[in-house]
Amino acid sequence: MAHGAAAGHGAHAHGEHDHHPTGWKRWVYSTNHKDIGTMYIVLSMIAALLGGMMSWYIRLELAEPGIQFIEDTQFYNVLVTAHGFLMVFFVVMPAMIGGFGNWFVPLMVGAPDMAFPRMNNISFWLTAAGLVLLVMSAFVGGGPGTGWTVYPPLSSIAYHPDAAVDFGILALHVAGAGSILGAINFIVTILNMRSPGMTMHRMPLFAWSILITAFLLLLALPVLAGALTMLLTDRNFGTHFYDPAGGGDPLLWQHLFWFFGHPEVYIIILPAFGIVSQLVSTFSRKPVFGYLGMAYAMSAIGVVGFIVWAHHMYTTGLGVNARAYFTTATLIIAVPTGIKIFSWLATMWGGSIDFKAPMLYAIGFIFLFVVGGVTGVALANAGIDFALHDTYYVVAHFHYVMAIAAIFAMFGGYYYWIGKISGKQYNECLAKTQFWLFFIGVNVLFFPQHFLGLAGMPRRIPDYPDVYAGWNMVSSFGALLTMLGTFLFYYIVFHTIRSGKPAEANPWGEGATTLEWTVASPAPFHTHEVQPVISAGDHGHGGHGHGAHPRPAE
Amino acid sequence: MAAETVKSHPYHIVDPSPWPALGTLSAFLIATGGIWFMHGGPPLLLAAGFALLIFVFYAWWRDVVKESRVGTNHTAEVAHGLRVGFLLFIASEVMFFFAFFWAYFHSSVPAINRVAHTVWPPEGIVPFDTWGLPFLNTLILLTSGATVTIAHHAVVAGDKKKLVLWTGITALLGIIFLICQAFEYSHAAFGFTDGIYPSTFFMATGFHGFHVFVGTCFLIVCFFRARAGHFTPQKHIGFEAAAWYWHFVDVVWLFLFVAVYWWGSSGYHGPMGH
Repeated sequence: MAHGAAAGHGAHAHGEHDHHPTGWKRWVYSTNHKDIGTMYIVLSMIAALLGGMMSWYIRLELAEPGIQFIEDTQFYNVLVTAHGFLMVFFVVMPAMIGGFGNWFVPLMVGAPDMAFPRMNNISFWLTAAGLVLLVMSAFVGGGPGTGWTVYPPLSSIAYHPDAAVDFGILALHVAGAGSILGAINFIVTILNMRSPGMTMHRMPLFAWSILITAFLLLLALPVLAGALTMLLTDRNFGTHFYDPAGGGDPLLWQHLFWFFGHPEVYIIILPAFGIVSQLVSTFSRKPVFGYLGMAYAMSAIGVVGFIVWAHHMYTTGLGVNARAYFTTATLIIAVPTGIKIFSWLATMWGGSIDFKAPMLYAIGFIFLFVVGGVTGVALANAGIDFALHDTYYVVAHFHYVMAIAAIFAMFGGYYYWIGKISGKQYNECLAKTQFWLFFIGVNVLFFPQHFLGLAGMPRRIPDYPDVYAGWNMVSSFGALLTMLGTFLFYYIVFHTIRSGKPAEANPWGEGATTLEWTVASPAPFHTHEVQPVISAGDHGHGGHGHGAHPRPAE
Repeated sequence: MAAETVKSHPYHIVDPSPWPALGTLSAFLIATGGIWFMHGGPPLLLAAGFALLIFVFYAWWRDVVKESRVGTNHTAEVAHGLRVGFLLFIASEVMFFFAFFWAYFHSSVPAINRVAHTVWPPEGIVPFDTWGLPFLNTLILLTSGATVTIAHHAVVAGDKKKLVLWTGITALLGIIFLICQAFEYSHAAFGFTDGIYPSTFFMATGFHGFHVFVGTCFLIVCFFRARAGHFTPQKHIGFEAAAWYWHFVDVVWLFLFVAVYWWGSSGYHGPMGH
């Protein structure tokens, strides 16, 4: 740190203080935020292979009209379901919140660890148990072929009589409990453990994003838990919450699910916002433009995210007033989102941009998120959604806006922080190759799906009329490129760990102003044992980048 | 660099612990054992899971209690974090109840759901008399809210005898409430599987009853900890958390009483009604 941000804090403060437990107990009994973060990242990489292979199999089936490989259409439904669950709950959330959040929130706010280290560990292990339960569900009976939305009556005992859906429900219960505990941990860490001078308004935007995400988790996941509990009792104990035969209503599930589900998609994308803000600032060598606006735009997105859920339900017979309200409320989200997009662009404007791999991924993220955001504005309109609901247009939209956008932020975060995590730096040439392969791959994969959707191709069907043949083949070719890009990424991880060059404490230069770059690479087992002191005169060094950079005169 | 090896922060760096992994194992056993049981198997795994869970509760919280009493780990900052963490936990519980209240109103209020029942309780359902046992339970819980507050004042005043007494009385009221509710359930004029009314009724009040049970256990633990002299006027987070939890359970009951027992029965006009 060239700018003397943290008084009494050196880059290699804890050299001889680096003893830690060894063997399997180090991991299974861990109370260390870095080890737990690493376990989360490993878990998400395993789940990503599973979920990824499922999607490639789906694209193989869909490459041509007619049934190619999957004779058992229930199995196709199981693939679609498991792909969604895996990617949402066991890839993106563990990587960004559990992995990067655990690693870098304490480092960024100047805390020595998470607030509740034991609870941090059970959050991870419950996520792992949830993953095991989810994988088990696929091998029970016909597997859960409900889609990740688990709508009754398809998910009821009448249509899924074996235990598969019960395994799915309990997988989400267990993983959800872990996420709620993790959310409490992040909130308390951020509110209670910031180092002296690290005010909320000097806090890095990644920490802000995790704080807001944690509140969404805390308030949305229990609603899912309640809905799942009622589904479980409907299936096994004879209640009638979602069963019209007993006076219940399947739409109740949809309301509850989306009251959770819409905040959930922001749970996925807000940490990505945070990562991209760090990347854009670092590699533009400028503080984030409109720092406070960025922080409060995320807060606004979080709040409004709770009152737009029924835009997933326009075609369920919602009243016209409800549709008008949910259209309006949904469109309002474009305002804080626009603030974020333009602030990133303004951060880059006039900056001395260094197109390292993480920055490429940040820019890729902005592009993908804008494409997905624009189709989101289209879908927000109830009238348009009537035509596009449950078509591939929706598939293209949400994959752009939350799936591949989130993955891009994760790749960017990985290249940005791997030196700090492992002490080894990735190979820039390989990483840039991987970026272009992946960027072209996902666009070839998902952009044609807009055309398919506009032409009326329904989602979640393994076969389709010949008229949709062409773009489906293109899309599947894109999936092949994406697969190559993914495998190249795993190779790069292997290559980095095995033969990466030693990483400096701060490999990014003056643009990287947050506190994690003030400790050695790899980060010692314990960091910030002496609290870094952030003073106003330092313009919040180690902070968000808001005024964190020295003016040229300095 | 000697200075850097000295910890200068007030936070608690916790030693490695086997309890989170064992706790997860218990959750896994409960999940798989529960599914096995629900699909006709014996409740063996389920029982094993619960037994392990209770052991983990004991062992984990024993460690926490020890850490709070030995050494200087539980500084004012750590104590503050524990309090905020517990309040956030209660917030998540509120949202859990939110789902069940949503189910209830979705089924019973046409103004928010066009296909909700226009007659509530639905035809054929004979609800409980609001001003009988449900009202008695309301009085019991409200009283217990007062008694736990007396205990809270006692701990702040350092009056151990009074703290033990009133914590015990509060726990006793919790037990009486649970007995009353069990009695009420056994005399219900509708069966568990008799449609949406019993579904929402038993889910909402049952989930609350479970929370009363948990809160009562929490208070009983506080009773013994108070007798052992664990709580001081300066440091009594365990008691404070139990009291907050108890108030939360109390407030949820008030909503249940008004919405389910009172308003929810007001549409009933006797077997010959309407």
